[in-house]
Amino acid sequence: MLLKRLAAAHGVSGDESEVRDILKEEIEGTVEKIYFDPIGSMYACKGTGRKPKVMVAAHMDEVGLMVAGFEKSGLIKIEKVGGIDDRVLVSKPVTVGPNRLPGVIGAKAIHLQKINERTKVINIDNLYIDIGSRSQDETEKLVKLGDYVSFKVKIREIGDNCLSGKAFDNRAGCAILVEVLKEDYDLELTGVFTVQEEVGLRGSGAAAYNVNPDVALVIESTIASDVAGTKEAFHATKLGGGPAITLMDASFITPQKMVDLLVNTAEKLGIPYQFRRLTTASTDAGRISQTYSGILTGVVSVPCRYIHSPFSIINMDDWQNTLRLVKGALNAIAEGGLLE
Amino acid sequence: MKDLLKKLSETYGPAGREETIAGVIKDELESFVDETFTDVTGNLYAVKKGSGAKIMVAAHMDEIGIIVTFIEEKGFLRFSNVGGVSPYILLGQQVVFSNGTVGTVSMEKLDDIKKLALDKMYIDIGARDRDEASAKIRIGDVATYYRHVSFNGGRVIGKAMDNRTGCAVLIKAMQELGDTNNTVYAVFTAQEEVGLRGSRTSSYRLDPDVGLAVDVTLVGDTPEPPSPMAVSLGKGPAVKVKDNSVICHPRLKEMLINLAVKNNIPYQLEVLTAGGTDAGAIHISREGVPAGVISIPCRYVHTPGEMVELEDLENAVRLLKLFLEGPVDLQKIFPCYPR
Repeated sequence: MLLKRLAAAHGVSGDESEVRDILKEEIEGTVEKIYFDPIGSMYACKGTGRKPKVMVAAHMDEVGLMVAGFEKSGLIKIEKVGGIDDRVLVSKPVTVGPNRLPGVIGAKAIHLQKINERTKVINIDNLYIDIGSRSQDETEKLVKLGDYVSFKVKIREIGDNCLSGKAFDNRAGCAILVEVLKEDYDLELTGVFTVQEEVGLRGSGAAAYNVNPDVALVIESTIASDVAGTKEAFHATKLGGGPAITLMDASFITPQKMVDLLVNTAEKLGIPYQFRRLTTASTDAGRISQTYSGILTGVVSVPCRYIHSPFSIINMDDWQNTLRLVKGALNAIAEGGLLE
Repeated sequence: MKDLLKKLSETYGPAGREETIAGVIKDELESFVDETFTDVTGNLYAVKKGSGAKIMVAAHMDEIGIIVTFIEEKGFLRFSNVGGVSPYILLGQQVVFSNGTVGTVSMEKLDDIKKLALDKMYIDIGARDRDEASAKIRIGDVATYYRHVSFNGGRVIGKAMDNRTGCAVLIKAMQELGDTNNTVYAVFTAQEEVGLRGSRTSSYRLDPDVGLAVDVTLVGDTPEPPSPMAVSLGKGPAVKVKDNSVICHPRLKEMLINLAVKNNIPYQLEVLTAGGTDAGAIHISREGVPAGVISIPCRYVHTPGEMVELEDLENAVRLLKLFLEGPVDLQKIFPCYPR
């Protein structure tokens, strides 16, 4: 399964090449042209010259860590790249640097912790990576300052058509975009696999500037919070509830006609859908919609529990339905559903 | 001015959902300008064509609001904020949706009022259950404060004076605009309250020679004011020096001051310590645009009881008109021209 390969691949913000290579291999032959921009986003075009010009974006990068220093003992100090909860870091297997060295995130064993330490979250400053080296010299021969660190987990099929693992945010979106690009639509389509979303929507502004589309769709993964301790009223989205349509987030308000197009498409095709009932956090849409004199944009997301952790969960029915909704929306746009 | 301000204030128009207020403004201006149009962000443009300087004047037409995120089984609506909404101000207020549905905002039981937050609050539209509520309101619908304008002598109390006062000033200035060589783009911008989003896209589109914003500003003339502002109600429009989003172009600032002095228009200088306005986006658009701001002093900003003084608005119209009518010799005034 492509999604499993993509999710297992390492691609922390700014280091997306492994993911990009897999994606390039997958889309070669299904599109007319592939090109790249200086910050690393990949563009795939089909239907060149048709109207309207539509851009569909999915970010390739995932949250992760970076090597920030060394201890005399050979242990590695780390910094975060993107938003990670300190609480998910302890005792996780990781992969370090371009040589993909195995390591674990270590911390003081429970026996050595004072009573009050046991009740506190271990801050990233007190965490380190252990690659089994015996000295700083030995470590520095294998690892360089600034090397990227990514979670190393097996992507597993679990329960009722679910996947567990890392980086579904946003390899789920990337895998959908690959499928979207395999079909033909009566419009000019540019699929963009963007970089550095997790550190501040950095790839998508350049991408929108490059493509200058009439309409843009962003495929994302978003927070599913139908979990213990959260009242139903505050379930941002629900796993298995279908693709989540964004109404508003910290960087973007969806124009009503885009909301209507997505909702009508879902209803017409009998696709279950939900609204993303959270107004915080941002996606590439924030930058795309503010490019040039404004670009009509929409966001569709695959709900993801435990997002930004190495063990997040998505439901493959949601994934399939998100794919159906994006394809349906493109056909609706081709039929003139948005632009008068 | 009174009728216009009342109409504008009472019209619905939260950030991102400006179609109704844009329609009202368009009706006011259509017969006075050469062209009107809207864009994807929701901005409304009213253009008077000329051969002189291209001047963009932005007045944002959006107001703050609350967006429905969930409908409870018993028909209560959960919500989040659109722009800067204080839970303390909102508690107990009535709000109205675009279809006219009115609700009242209340809260769950709290042992400490300091813990009041929007996620402890809900809107009650009088629906008996989810079905009845869903027949009127959908997730994603946005409500604004529900409030009629009151006139107390020369002062006005109402919602959305931020920034329907700026809209009123810009409308009047465009309606009464005398002969001018300048091309004037009056832009009633969208989504200012969520991050100057309409002015960013509209200034890119227009690529103006000079940018001006008309917006409200805070005052320091109330008991123990939250910010030590040297601006008062009734002492004239304020010429902005700086805020968190922009340091106004000194030449443009001087032009406005000189115009006010020469024509006996009362004015004040404004240094706003928090907040920003559309000039913040305009002045860094493309390769940069000289930009300034005419501010309307306003008490209790972002409450349903925002207060302004009509005379400040009248004087702002006079100042804005003089600026727009006068010849703007770009090369003489701004060292950046010709570009």
